[in-house]
Amino acid sequence: MPLLEVVDVQKRFGGLRAVAGTSLTVEAGEIVGLIGPNGAGKTTLFHLISGFLTPDAGGVRFSGEPTLGLRPHALCQRGLARTFQIVKPFHGLTVLENVRVGALARTPGFAEATARAREVIAFAGLEAKTDQLARALTLAERKRLELARALATEPRLLLLDEVMAGLTVGEAQEMVEILGVLRREFSLTLLVIEHVMKVVMTMCDRIVVLDHGEKLAEGTPAMVAGHRAVIDAYLGVASA
Amino acid sequence: MRWPGLTALLILLVLPHFLGSYLLTVFIFIFFYAYLGQAWNLLGGYGGQISLGHAAFVGVGAYTTTYLAMTYGLSPWIGMLIGGAAAALLGAVIGYLGFRFGLRGFYFILLTVAVAEICRLVVAHTDALGGALGLFITYTGDPWQFQFSDNRYYYYIALGLMLASMGTVAAVERTRLGAYLVAVREDEDASEALGVNTFRTKLAAIVLSAFLTGVGGTFYANYLFSLQPNTAFGIPLSVEIILRPIVGGAGTLMGPILGSFILSPLAEVSRIYFARGGLSGTHLIVYGLLLITVVLFLPRGAYPHLRRALERRRAHHG
Repeated sequence: MPLLEVVDVQKRFGGLRAVAGTSLTVEAGEIVGLIGPNGAGKTTLFHLISGFLTPDAGGVRFSGEPTLGLRPHALCQRGLARTFQIVKPFHGLTVLENVRVGALARTPGFAEATARAREVIAFAGLEAKTDQLARALTLAERKRLELARALATEPRLLLLDEVMAGLTVGEAQEMVEILGVLRREFSLTLLVIEHVMKVVMTMCDRIVVLDHGEKLAEGTPAMVAGHRAVIDAYLGVASA
Repeated sequence: MRWPGLTALLILLVLPHFLGSYLLTVFIFIFFYAYLGQAWNLLGGYGGQISLGHAAFVGVGAYTTTYLAMTYGLSPWIGMLIGGAAAALLGAVIGYLGFRFGLRGFYFILLTVAVAEICRLVVAHTDALGGALGLFITYTGDPWQFQFSDNRYYYYIALGLMLASMGTVAAVERTRLGAYLVAVREDEDASEALGVNTFRTKLAAIVLSAFLTGVGGTFYANYLFSLQPNTAFGIPLSVEIILRPIVGGAGTLMGPILGSFILSPLAEVSRIYFARGGLSGTHLIVYGLLLITVVLFLPRGAYPHLRRALERRRAHHG
């Protein structure tokens, strides 16, 4: 049984078909990339999977269970966490307080959650910033905080929405290393939206390409990179 | 903070023996409004859900206790809890309506004002509750009926209420509810994504806040010996409740207390000076100006600045 099954989901915003009958599956332990041009419906699909939006048609199953009607917090409790493309740190709280909110999803004990939060902060390389307010962090640090908070909820499936965007080459490299450790040591299943192709190509087992809300292609990085329709969608069709 | 805190407590405990009746009254109001402000602070300061109708909870608590005492002779010491529960129930209704339908910001504020006004009108037209004239408590001097011949008892009860509210909020700060509340204030979507049931969190906060405020209603009624719908449910009382935490520092444990120690004396001084010049009501203008000043120059209240100043001094002295 796949960990995540998205079956023919559709979502309209007025006259715009943001997601037009897309299906995909993610097996436990896999890293699946979700790519596509701007406006392809990637983030909308994330919202549909994580419970922030309800599909007009079709459905989502998480570890075999339909997610219809479950609010995001309920999905998080079941092991589905996400990050936001535009990071949403709790600005007025310290890094520790931010991450502790995530840790409290697994334990009601305050001391236990605090200890757990410190571990995750260390893992994300934010130890030196533990007691700083989130509003004082750089963008790269905020991206890592976003990741750390989600990790603290101990997810089985983590949806990452452009954790590399806006980072310098060096910062992106650090993030890639963190994600690599995640995979090796936590055997986490990941579904990632990413524009940095080098990251997508090296990290993902499988790639799903979206365009205009529809699935354009699916396969290994090598297969997708050579796919005619994908190249056309990204570069435009050469006029004869 | 331990030694300064204990010293302050000790001073407050012996203070009534050195105060005249006027200053005693001033202190009673400082404590009582700090208590109400702390109750509001839980929902408004920590949870970021601004209520401008908290007088409704005072009124419901006060009328419940007083009605039970006058009709059935029930001691306000017991009625206090029933009044708190009645206020908590009203809080649950407001919370359910407001949070289930996702009212945020101004719309939630309007809902709280509207409910308080509805309560005021309903009570003003209910003969069993004394209508617009209100209820008048007969003085018996019976402590079991929450009546005391000496104002010093009210002083200690008000002080006790204030300390209890501080204890409650300090305890909530170190629980999951407290952590979730500030998360909801900072960002609701991010909170949901991290497993926070934002609806239940806000609902718990308004129920607890309303309960504490409703308990305060018993003190309000039995200290003033009378209840009128226009004052017990009125917007002026709601404003008094929120001013102290905002001036002192909303979302901080010391904010409502600091705010009360700043505002109450200021209100008294301006009342004395301007009333003497035949300018009664001018103290409200002074109040308004102060509030504007705080919002402009100390948007997070006085407490964060005070704490920084103290920390600097401590660092300076080694």
